[in-house]
Amino acid sequence: MATAAPPVQKTTIPFWRDTRILAVLFQVLFVIIVVGVLWFFYTTMMAGLRQANLLPSFAFLSQPASFSIGESVIAYDPSNTYGYALLIGVLNTIRVAVAGVILATIIGIMLGISRLSENWLLRNVATVYVEIVRNVPLLLQLFMWLALTQTFPRQQDSISIFGLIYLHNRGVTMAWPETGSDFGAWVPWLWLGLLAGIAFYVVRRIQFARRDRPGVAMPQAFLLAGAVVTIGYLFVGLTKGEWPLTLSVPELERFNFVGGIGLTPGFAALLIGLVIYTSVFIGEIVRSGIQAVNKGQREAARALGLTPGQTLRLVIFPQALRIMIPPMTSQYLNLTKNSSLAVAVGYPDLFSIAGTTLNQTGQTVPVIMMVMAAYLTVSLVTSLFMNWYNKRIQLVER
Amino acid sequence: MATEVSQSQARAPQPGIDVPGWLRKNLFSTWYNSLISIVLLVIVFQVVTGFFQWAFTTEGWIAAASNGRLILVGRYPAAELWRPQLALALVAVLLGLSGGVWRGIAQALTIGFAGMMLVLTALWTQLPPANPPAPLTTELVLVGIAALVGGAYAAGRAGGERLRWPIIAGWFLAYPMIILILQGFGGATVPTNLWGGLMLTMLLSVSGIVLSFPLGVLLALGRRSSLPVVKFFCVVYIELIRGVPLITVLFMAQLMLPLFLPSEVRIDAVVRAVVAVTLFSAAYLAENVRGGLQSIPKGQVEAARALGLNVVKTTLLITLPQALKAVIPVLVGQFISLFKDTSLVAIIGLLDLLGVARAINTQPEWLGFPGGVWRETFFVVAVIYWIFSFTMSRSSRQIEANLNRGAR
Repeated sequence: MATAAPPVQKTTIPFWRDTRILAVLFQVLFVIIVVGVLWFFYTTMMAGLRQANLLPSFAFLSQPASFSIGESVIAYDPSNTYGYALLIGVLNTIRVAVAGVILATIIGIMLGISRLSENWLLRNVATVYVEIVRNVPLLLQLFMWLALTQTFPRQQDSISIFGLIYLHNRGVTMAWPETGSDFGAWVPWLWLGLLAGIAFYVVRRIQFARRDRPGVAMPQAFLLAGAVVTIGYLFVGLTKGEWPLTLSVPELERFNFVGGIGLTPGFAALLIGLVIYTSVFIGEIVRSGIQAVNKGQREAARALGLTPGQTLRLVIFPQALRIMIPPMTSQYLNLTKNSSLAVAVGYPDLFSIAGTTLNQTGQTVPVIMMVMAAYLTVSLVTSLFMNWYNKRIQLVER
Repeated sequence: MATEVSQSQARAPQPGIDVPGWLRKNLFSTWYNSLISIVLLVIVFQVVTGFFQWAFTTEGWIAAASNGRLILVGRYPAAELWRPQLALALVAVLLGLSGGVWRGIAQALTIGFAGMMLVLTALWTQLPPANPPAPLTTELVLVGIAALVGGAYAAGRAGGERLRWPIIAGWFLAYPMIILILQGFGGATVPTNLWGGLMLTMLLSVSGIVLSFPLGVLLALGRRSSLPVVKFFCVVYIELIRGVPLITVLFMAQLMLPLFLPSEVRIDAVVRAVVAVTLFSAAYLAENVRGGLQSIPKGQVEAARALGLNVVKTTLLITLPQALKAVIPVLVGQFISLFKDTSLVAIIGLLDLLGVARAINTQPEWLGFPGGVWRETFFVVAVIYWIFSFTMSRSSRQIEANLNRGAR
């Protein structure tokens, strides 16, 4: 029988049908085409720039910028370099993005819960609000807010909201915490509170791990830290006779406001626009996250005697959080990227300062490259952090 | 048994309008719900009355009303207005036919479209006459288009299944044909820098989807490819574009595209914006399509390979059609966000819907209005954006529901 079997033919596949060789050939061809196209663009661009005497170089970064910037987190004047001006832009972008993310998250969670409320009116008002806001372009909303800030009256006739926030044609002035002269005496208490909170959290976690049962330690840790800090606040205030941290309420002097914190119209319009637009999307993520939690979980929690609030806080929300993290990350990134629309409302963010730099120096390519690199870095760092957080949340739950 | 059942049915509470009960259950169930309800009632009352008071007393509507043509087609020459009207008629015929053949969402869209034409006609008769007057009176054109939709719908119903493939082919040919109609050929061309308004917004967003579609699908396939070089390139491209704001891509296209090309090649601002929107949209589309590709069970590919299909055939005939069908709702969602994002071209100076609104606000005629006319123009433009996005998001939800029903 064995002899009847045909001899094993050593077949050789022709190279044009061998997938391994074809794969290599295809990739080589792909690289040649891509590199060729890029090389064509590059050489054309360099030839054009050489003709215009604008060869790309980063030398402009150390030249004086000689333009003024409306607002900045750290001191700036026009004699500073372009590099420093761009840094101001980065800081301004981070400022509006951080404030926006925090406010949008708070309002978004409130919106998401409202959309699921058993109160008919609240539910429907939230739905109408969401449908209106998310179907109108962000830029149009920003223009509207900016135009609205321009209709505010002079500072002398500011619109007052409970005497804490004043709206006027130079922007918004609002009450803000202010450190007193004895703030230094309070700092050790802050550290003490932080340490007490962390220590309590760690001890509780170890206890939970020993007893091999789940538990919640974070709220009590926050309460403990808060209590320590408050006691310190009262102690310092009563012994020194002056509170270390006070609310500085703006007051109208003859021509302008004293105290409080001032926001320019551009910043106010950008922040309000970004927060309102993003919070609607966050609200939808929160709503679908809560709805995605198994209905039996809610019923079981209610059957165990938890109140609706406890059910939401202890059972539904921790599980919904896992579903919500990835889309939430992309909303935070969207907010950061959308903050580049600041250029349309006159807030000096990175993109707007880069535009001025570009116009003054003519260094198109380096400036655009730097701006893109900055946004990419923010995007990558944020997604790395959120991936880490996501992973941590997932592990705790399992 | 039977009598017991009927008795318990007789005892069942009568469904009826129980206003106090409904109020107690839905608005005043607990003290905090009552508080929320009362506060919200006050706010809603204030907002609604304030809105109507403003809408009926303000004089500023005149700004948007006398710029109707600017809002719809921008600075498109009045003598050439038959081109956009012809393009609209083409869309109307295709939409009507689709509505007649497919019913469902297409039918609802057809009715909505015809209704919108009639509403526009009614609005148009209230407007001050255009200067210079258009060659064809707009009211007639609008009514004609509404009639065309109706006729095409009837034809579609009569034609039935036979028309299915011709209509699909028609939709595919519609985009190049509309571009050709609007641009004109031979001697009489309308330069793209005169295009504007709603027409430009629609064109930019449709181009963003249509032109980026092949590129996006290729990028998605490349990202899932087993060839490391191709995969690397696709990943870098997708992540690079998704990591930066659209406005930087738009600026790059405006400033760097002319540098990349030889100086003989001149491309104007609208085309540059289309290139930017296409490159940007392709990266997002690729991620959506990749999601669809990942949702396809591995067995499909294995079965196809076992049947002797090669990689290309497996992709084109088995995986891609299923993946694309699965991501239709997501693609509509992307189209909506692209539709809203095209408003960014107003920053680079194009007169799209938003750019037109800004231009109207700064017209010298309206300087006398206290506080300006921005409330009214922005409101009109916002309503236009809202109608389109809202309609599309509703349709996408409907498509999603239909697809899910088919899968069960």
